[in-house]
Amino acid sequence: MKGIIGKKIGMTSIFDSSGKQTACTIIEAGPCVVTQVKTIESDGYNALSLSLGDKKEKHSTKSEVNHYAKAQTAPKKFTKEFRNYSLEKNIGETITLDIFAEGDSVEVVGTTKGKGFQGVVKRHGFHGVGQQSHGQHDRQRAPGSLGNSSDAARVMKGMKMAGRMGNDRVKLKGLKVVKIFAEKNYILVSGSVPGYNGSIVLIQK
Amino acid sequence: MNAIAFVHEQLTGKKDFPKFKAGDNITVNYKIIEGSKERIQSFKGDVIKKQGNGATASFTVRKISDGIGVERVFPFFSPNVESIVMNKTGNVRRAKLFYQRKRSGKSARIREKRQAVAEVAK
Repeated sequence: MKGIIGKKIGMTSIFDSSGKQTACTIIEAGPCVVTQVKTIESDGYNALSLSLGDKKEKHSTKSEVNHYAKAQTAPKKFTKEFRNYSLEKNIGETITLDIFAEGDSVEVVGTTKGKGFQGVVKRHGFHGVGQQSHGQHDRQRAPGSLGNSSDAARVMKGMKMAGRMGNDRVKLKGLKVVKIFAEKNYILVSGSVPGYNGSIVLIQK
Repeated sequence: MNAIAFVHEQLTGKKDFPKFKAGDNITVNYKIIEGSKERIQSFKGDVIKKQGNGATASFTVRKISDGIGVERVFPFFSPNVESIVMNKTGNVRRAKLFYQRKRSGKSARIREKRQAVAEVAK
């Protein structure tokens, strides 16, 4: 696996030579610094720690400062671990967008926008109960029955109900790399990407 | 420069279309592909809307074809839009002329803007 940390910028669209318009998301990705190399001998598994975005030293704890000092960098805002990285990288090296090529199929991991406490119609796609008239009163967005009667006499585990929605880690697979602006560290992937503009996403292959 | 503006600048090639706005009568020549053949078709009508900016900008052209209103949306930077010809400059007070959809016949006409001769020559 290879991957990079990025920031979602926003969406736009691009035309191919035949005139077909594709929606795509602009992500500003990298350059990331390798801040830790984990191996089976030392940690029990293989992984690379990548970091993005500088943080002021006065906003960092001493342990952070010293941890990042091992890679000869300033303290970083975001650090993510990529398991079984396919490229051989040493601590302190940088990873840029040239690990990807245009036309690649990639996965993008992000955190969806938080929606707050939502009812079952929005959260689980229920259709609500009944009609507007015929004695239905105020049950248009209600969940309806939760289950059986006296046999069972309990609500089954995992019953879909109202609750907190969004703020979930979501991985989208099979997005195409449409274009890369290497000098600006911008990558355009087809379709939409979870999260708000400015949120942190992982692009991996 | 912000990121979206930069990407738009990279994606959008130079298009030397005349400057037009809502109310203008234009002819859009666009490519259509029939099987393996490619030919150019034109669509002549009034611009009733210009929308968006950067690479995603588009405009809507409305015409009356055999008594039936027909509207077509063209992406501004589509490679299929071959050229745009300016026919008339309209004199309208709005940026979106959706009121045209309710009108027909005489009331659907858009008055032509009178311009100084020097301006037309440009």
